[in-house]
Amino acid sequence: MRNIGIIAWKEFRQYFGSPIAYFLAIVIFLFLGIVFALDLVQTMSNTYSAQVLEGTIVLGPLLTLVLFATPAITMRLLAEENGAGTLELLLTAPVRDAELVIGKWLGAALFAAVILALTWIYPIFLQAITKPNGIDQGPLVSAYIVLFLLVGALLAVGVGISSLFSNATAAFFASLVVSLALWVSGLATSTLSYMGSMGGSSLWGTVLQYMDFTSHFYNTAYAGRLDLTDIIYYVSIIVLSLFFATRVIESKRWR
Amino acid sequence: MIQVTNLTKWYGLRKAIDGLNFHAKKGEIVGFLGPNGAGKTTTMRILTAYMPPSEGRAIVAGYDVVEESLEVRRRVGYLPETVPLYADMTVLDYLDFMAAMRHLPNADQCVDEAIQRVNLEDRVESYIGNLSKGMRQRVGLAQAVLHKPEVLILDEPTIGLDPAQVVEIRAFIRELGADHTVLLSTHILSEAQQICNRVLIINKGHIVAEDRPENLQARLAGAERITVELAGDTEGAENTIASVKGVLTVEPMGNGVFEVEITPGKEIRPAIVRALTRAGQDVVEVHSQGVDLEQIFLELTRSDDKSKGKRTSRQQKE
Repeated sequence: MRNIGIIAWKEFRQYFGSPIAYFLAIVIFLFLGIVFALDLVQTMSNTYSAQVLEGTIVLGPLLTLVLFATPAITMRLLAEENGAGTLELLLTAPVRDAELVIGKWLGAALFAAVILALTWIYPIFLQAITKPNGIDQGPLVSAYIVLFLLVGALLAVGVGISSLFSNATAAFFASLVVSLALWVSGLATSTLSYMGSMGGSSLWGTVLQYMDFTSHFYNTAYAGRLDLTDIIYYVSIIVLSLFFATRVIESKRWR
Repeated sequence: MIQVTNLTKWYGLRKAIDGLNFHAKKGEIVGFLGPNGAGKTTTMRILTAYMPPSEGRAIVAGYDVVEESLEVRRRVGYLPETVPLYADMTVLDYLDFMAAMRHLPNADQCVDEAIQRVNLEDRVESYIGNLSKGMRQRVGLAQAVLHKPEVLILDEPTIGLDPAQVVEIRAFIRELGADHTVLLSTHILSEAQQICNRVLIINKGHIVAEDRPENLQARLAGAERITVELAGDTEGAENTIASVKGVLTVEPMGNGVFEVEITPGKEIRPAIVRALTRAGQDVVEVHSQGVDLEQIFLELTRSDDKSKGKRTSRQQKE
């Protein structure tokens, strides 16, 4: 356990010394800031509408940004170690392979958590200007809990992909492709369920529906409902991906 | 400290090492000598518990590398051939990180000592990416000796360094031999001769010779060679030298230089000089070439090279 902490802390610190991390943070907050400001202006100028700004206002765009940001966060974690030969150092240090993989993931997750935590400025701002009762905080909390798990799952996928490569750029694009595939499986779901309603087999539709990455967030937590199924879904993706990465690292010992 | 029995490693269908047997005692510096692709790195990676062997056993510092790999890794310091460093960390951060991973109780003290031992005191705040090759090698060594391991395994520790750095690192390794068991690999023969108490010559996954450097020399001293250089007219000199008792062959190399093969163990150089002077020749220089590891090495690896024609794929140094 101590080793996981040591590795995670090293990775976490390393993010703050790397330009990629700052670049990511700038892009995310710039984009979110613009979206937030536009929404705010639109709502406030439209005095006749009964539209209320939700605390989750930035989560939609944030989710899209996260899809592109997580491969950038994880790309170098194992790929760079592989390429630079430092993996040999870690694999001959008294550290278990699983501890190494979990530590790497945890470091990335801590960094992502910092960025996610900083996006709270928007709801806090809304809370301050919304009268008389402030914003509905229920959906906000549930959304952030599940969003964090969703990001953790994407990061775990990224770590798994990164373990296969010895080049960070290749790992980035491969992770992006896999993340996108998880993302668009939702489209396949709706297509298949449509076909199902037309009388075709809906077995695959059902399976894909369970697999769909975003619906576990949008349909429940985003709407203010904390569902155990979603938590189990994201946690199992994390566990499976990290297990996969560990096996890849182990297999390197045999070659 | 190191006990290797029948160690074999397959990479797919290729046998990288084949039934190695050797040992190293406490405080010994053992040199692992062989051409590229001989299996040195593979053996070292097995001994550091980086990869398991296909067959055979290796006991390092009293623990089996497969069954008690974490115990082995705690007791071994390893400098791989490509020095594993993080370019975007400072020397101090890097060593602190390694010390933390090894759970050293007095980490700060260990890091300070390691930095002192490799003379890096004035570069501790430098980013590793900005250091020269020699400096990086020292950081790698500092990492390997950080936890005062019982066994040190150094893979080609002097490769790519300039001559002054090579001398420095060699002296440091000799110093390490005092309280660590050191296994180092090299393909530079004079290096093994200078540093090691014992040399293992490995070729194509087999140990072809194992002995102290001076014994290896004696073993192959079957033919000793001397060089004789003459000035002026050298006509008839070849015959004059050949007529001296104990001379086996004489080979004119041109420019008045002769390579003479003599029966080993006898000092016949004065006799050659006397004979030449008597014959009216001007002797400029006579010196013995001796036999160095270079020759032993070539001799041993050549005789092991019978299967040369069958070699199909390039030997990979993995």
